[in-house]
Formats: sequence, C-alpha cells, structure tokens
Amino acid sequence: MAWTKKILRVNLTDGVISAEPLNMEWAQQYLGQRGLATRYFVEEVDAQVDALSPDNKFIMATGPLTGTMASTGGRYSCITKSPLTGTIACSNSGGFFGAEMKNAGWDMIIFEGKSPTPVYLYVEDDQARLIPADDLWGKSVWATDEEIHKKHQDPQIRIACIGRAAESGNLFAAVVNDLHRAAGRSGVGTVLASKNVKAVALRGTRGVGNIKDMKRFIDTTFEHKKVLAANAVTGAGLPTYGTQVLMNVINELGALPTRNMREVRFEGAHSVSGEAMHEPRASDGKKNLTRNGGCFGCTIACGRISSVDRTHFSVKDKPQYWGNSGGLEYEAAWALGPDTGVDDLDALTYVNFLCNEDGLDPISFGSTVAAAMELFEDGVITTEQTGGIELKFGSAEALVKIAELTARGEGFGKEIGLGSKRLCEKYGRPELSMTVKGQEFPAYDPRGIQGMGLTYATSNRGACHLRSYTVSSEVLGIPIKTDPLATDGKPELVIAFQDATAAVDSSGLCIFSTFAWSLDNIAPQIDAACEGDWSVEKCAEVGARIWQLERDFNMRAGLTGADDTLPKRLLKDAANVGPAEGKVCDLGAMLPKYYELRGWTTEGQLTPETRQRYGLPS
Amino acid sequence: MQKSLHIDPEKCTGCLQCEMACSYENEGIFNPSKSRIKVFTFHDEGRFVPYTCTQCDEAWCMQACPVDAIVLNFVTGAKDILNDRCVGCKVCTIACPFGTVNYNTATGKVIKCDLCGGDPKCAEACPTSAITYIDANATGLERMRMWAAKTDTQVSTHA
Repeated sequence: MAWTKKILRVNLTDGVISAEPLNMEWAQQYLGQRGLATRYFVEEVDAQVDALSPDNKFIMATGPLTGTMASTGGRYSCITKSPLTGTIACSNSGGFFGAEMKNAGWDMIIFEGKSPTPVYLYVEDDQARLIPADDLWGKSVWATDEEIHKKHQDPQIRIACIGRAAESGNLFAAVVNDLHRAAGRSGVGTVLASKNVKAVALRGTRGVGNIKDMKRFIDTTFEHKKVLAANAVTGAGLPTYGTQVLMNVINELGALPTRNMREVRFEGAHSVSGEAMHEPRASDGKKNLTRNGGCFGCTIACGRISSVDRTHFSVKDKPQYWGNSGGLEYEAAWALGPDTGVDDLDALTYVNFLCNEDGLDPISFGSTVAAAMELFEDGVITTEQTGGIELKFGSAEALVKIAELTARGEGFGKEIGLGSKRLCEKYGRPELSMTVKGQEFPAYDPRGIQGMGLTYATSNRGACHLRSYTVSSEVLGIPIKTDPLATDGKPELVIAFQDATAAVDSSGLCIFSTFAWSLDNIAPQIDAACEGDWSVEKCAEVGARIWQLERDFNMRAGLTGADDTLPKRLLKDAANVGPAEGKVCDLGAMLPKYYELRGWTTEGQLTPETRQRYGLPS
Repeated sequence: MQKSLHIDPEKCTGCLQCEMACSYENEGIFNPSKSRIKVFTFHDEGRFVPYTCTQCDEAWCMQACPVDAIVLNFVTGAKDILNDRCVGCKVCTIACPFGTVNYNTATGKVIKCDLCGGDPKCAEACPTSAITYIDANATGLERMRMWAAKTDTQVSTHA
C-alpha cells in the first residue's frame, strides 16, 4: 500500500483524460516513481522514438512514500526519452508538487500525444481538465505560477511548469515546480514544451493513507528522523551550508573541474562557497543566504534561500530580482562558477535565479557556457557569433548576458541551448565538449575521484552525479572510506551505489538522506508502508532491476558500449595540481570488470541470462 | 502547570511535518489540507511562519457559538469542539479574528486546534523546535535567556 493505486492518463492529441488502476504486479518489481514509471514507459514507447515527436510520452511519477511523514518523502520524477541524450531521462525534484499529486489521489500522470494548442493540466482531486494556455505561452515560470494561482483564486495550488527556455527548443530545459525546485536534467522540460503543455497545476485534499502498518510506520519514520538529526552531514553540514558545504572540500581535493575541466582547482572557490554565502556583504551587511528551507516532509532542509546584492551590476536596475528565491546549490554554483572561471557570488546567484525563472538546467547551462568560452578563447567563435559578448573565462558580465539570452532563447543563447556536445560539434571542436552521452558533467573531476569516472561513463542518463554518488565513500567516507585515486574495487562500489540509488529514487525519498541512511534504514520504512516484503535484499534487487531496464532501453534506442566513455581530456590530460597531480581517469581499469559484474557482454550488451535473471520485458 | 504552543518562525524550514502530524492525529491519514496548523511561505522574504489557534482566554469562537459546541478544556486550556453538538453553522469561523477555526466540508463540522488533549503532535514532529509546548506563564523565557546571554557577553567584553 501507500500507493494510491491510480494513474491519470492524459491524451493530449484528442484531449481525453482517463483514470486507470496501477499495475500492482509491476509495483512489486519496480516499487514506484523512477522504476515503475520506467516500466510503464518501456512498455508503451518505442525506444527509437524521436524524443520531440508526439509519440514520445512524458510521465510524472511519485513513490509510495511521497506525501507521507517519512523524512524527505516529497519527491517526484519526470520520466521520458531525452532530447539531449537520446537515452531514458529521469529527473527527480523536491518541493511540494509531488506530495500534492499523492494528496490528490494519483501515483502518476502519463502524458501522451501532443496538444494542438498550448494547454495546462488542472487537477483537483478526482477532477482533471485541460485548460487553454495560449495566454501563458511565452511567459516565464514565475509569471506562469502567479497567473495560474490568480486565475483559480487558490493560493494552495502546487504548480510545475516550463519557462521560455523550453519553448525556444533549448535542449536542457527543466520542469520547475514551486518556483525554485526543478526536475532539472536531460531536457525533460523540452519534451513537455514539444507537447504544448505549459504547466501542471494540482490541488489535493484527499490525503495519503493506505499505509500497511501505520503504527510501525510512525515508529520507524520517527526513529529514522533521529538518525538524520544526529548525523554530522544531514544534521549539521547540509542545514548550515547546503550542498555547498562541498565547494571548499572538493577544491582542496584537487577535484573541482575548472574552466571547462582544463584544471582541477579554482583559485576563486572560496568566494562562491557555502561559507561565503554566510559572510555579510559590504553594501548592506546582509548575507547572501537568508535561511535554509525544506522540501515537503524533509527534516534535513538543505535548500538555500538567498538574495542578490541590490547594488550588484546584474540587478541594480531590476527590482523584480531583489527578493529571495532558491539560492545556489553546489552543482549549480560549480557549473556557473569554477567551470566558467567566474568568482562573483552575486552574479552566480542572479544567474541561478534566471535558471529557475525560465527553467534551465544550471549544470548543463554553465558547462555549455564553459565550452563556448574555450571556443571563444581559441578563436573558433568570435564576437560575431556571440553578438558582441566578450565570452572570456572569468567574465561575470558575459555569464550574466549569456544567461539572460539563453533563458529567453534569444541571440547566441539559442546556440548555448544546443548543449555543449552539439555546440562543439557545430564549430568543429567536439573534443571540447565535457559530456557523456551528450549530457554535461557535474562538479567532480574524475581524475581526482576515480569512481566518479565510472559513474559518469555508465550513467543511464549521461554524465550525472546522482546515479551513483561514490563521492560519499571516496571523499566523505560514507558508508566506508575508499581511496579516491584508486580504481580497485570501484566497479563493485559503483554498482552498489547505482542499485541502492535506483531503489531510493523509486521510493519517494530523497537521495540526500543516504548521507545518513543506508538501505538498512530505508527498507524498514518502505516495508512498514508498502504491501509485500520489502527487505534490504529486495530493495537492492529492485534497484538492480531498474538499472538493467534503463540500460536495456538505451541499448534498444541505439546506444552501444562505445558510448560508455569520457572526454579525452579526462582520459589523456593529467591533473595539473593537487593530490591527483599527474593522474588521468583510468576508466579502462574499471569498465571491463563493471560489465562483467553487471552481466553484460564485453560490448556492454545485456546477456539473455541477465535479462532473464531480472525478469526484464522481452 | 498549563502549557501553550509557542511558535518561533525564525526556526521554521517549511517542511510541513507539523501539518502531517496534525492531520494524522485528527484524521488518521497524512493530509495537510486538513491540518489545524498551517505553515505559510513568504517566498520573497524567505520566511516560513507556522500559524494556529492561540486558545484565547475570552475565545470569540466560543462566545459566538449558538449551540455551545465549543467548550473550555480545564486541563489544557484549549477550546475544544464538541462534534456531536456542532451544527456546522460556521459562525465561529467568522468570529475568530485569526482565521484559525475552519469548516471541514467532508464532515460538516468545524475544526480547530485542541492541543491534542495536552500532547500536541505538531510540536513533537517539528524537527527544528520552531513549535514547542511550554509553560504558558513563561513563553518568553527562551527569548529572555538569549538576550540575557548577549547582555552578559557585553559586560564581560567591557570588563
């Protein structure tokens, strides 16, 4: 139980909305959210589909613990085929939207087809309808959110929507919910735009029940909140500094990718760190960070709520940006800062606001700007292409201008919207794109953290830290400390993290809980809520099954083992400083063993035995 | 000793654990829309403010009720709704200056905070102690202590 056992299916082509029961056999095999939605997706969509065609589908899915009192139980995911990578896309978000979907009585919403004109979906418990959104098309996320609340005269509606970036065809556009939480990666917002869906607005008053053993659930979730509170990372580090607690740590380690990953340490890291967000600024004595905020049900509350210095060049004539909004998280701060060489905290915060306002993935955006900066410094592109912008590493002015253009899909921002891979290919320098399977890297240099190299290379959605965050083990020693520079044991480590993460992502809980919780803590919470036996072993097996299913989809989509690689820069150019000095990422020492342990051929294809072992659909 | 709910918005992160605890205690499921305590988000200001019934001594809701369905609980000091008397006229929702009494369309009765009979679940669930249940005669004690500490520091720096 804990599932509502109901799916809302929205056929956009003919405007028909229907309810159907959740496939409970699949729920036992794939749990919910990421896993279960992927099972539906592979059943219903041809892997070869053009991601931006009406034949692609788009699923918003919650987990069984979404909307419950389990700490961090507020997550939902967007599952579709990615226009950026051509792989399965699965982007996870917090905020309050996911819990509202459960409160309205739905486990998932499946969008299919394409609406002839712009619409938004409005759901109030059992009632769902498509409403014309011609007047909202062309508006930002923030304006759309305001308009929909006004139109329904209901401040309690929770809204997820796309901004102008997605409408312009930007390939890394996000779906933003609750103004500043995002299903950020892989261009899921672009898919929603291709279907003419501007927003999904929800109001749920039914509540979340269906808990298998309520007393046990209350007891176990209560006990596990204490574990989070007592842990140094989830009880102190994250609430105080957010994920930005990592900026100085990773920089010290010589694993902070800098200036399009040419270097591994950034001289300006402190200026854009979590600590810097606590320092009073000269102009008004206020800190960048106003306070921390929690997503639905989260007792960690790592979220940053920040403001930009009103006297800063980026906003001094724009009072609409003087208030508070979602501040810098580590990956965004890295992509917008060290990777572009910009050390101006206010510029980064403002650009992060723009990413929220118009729905951009700040990781892909920053990383693509970094690649463009290298193209510019190499003379491959000039002010002629950029429209007069001196696109130099370290230029806050250039970063701000290019962000404004990209958010609205104007000028050179249209080219940035192609993503780093297509941009670098277009200008004949594909080797400058720091991507795997077309998706830009996050903030950990795999020369200094070897396990992350294997993580990136094998991630089912292209370069991503959230598929197996071995930084936990290799840097923070969670659950056990491993040597970040060693490759031995990393295939096993990556697989364990990948499987556990897939299970957590399918439960409705947040992966950040795993700084303190392992499956030993999470399985009992799932088991108290969900019918069936949810032991640690079963959760790990479900995670492995999800991983294999995603991989199987990608292989059917036409990817091969050759796509499980890294840019040459990381494989050939050694780190220039720090503990990893002289080292490259030794992917070759890890990948064959990884394939073997996964039950794949030396070409990275699933063997028939592996397919059978996990009961994958034929 | 009578206790009262004490709310410190500075500490609130907006996680809604209180709303879930409240709705679970009163409705048996997790349903923030039926919570007697509400957390308000002021996005531009970056503030979260939990708000619920303060249990007025001269409770306007109680005085306005035409069927005496709102009664003083002598143990907790709460103004409790007697469901078998409430006729759902909603006059109390108009009388309350703070909006903390609300009508529940599912039951045809009004709902408000009753301090969970002296063991408020919102306070128990709050991860940051933004909501506490403390001596009703000394709700300012913690703030006094904080300022006392500052005052003391100033004295010692000047010494």
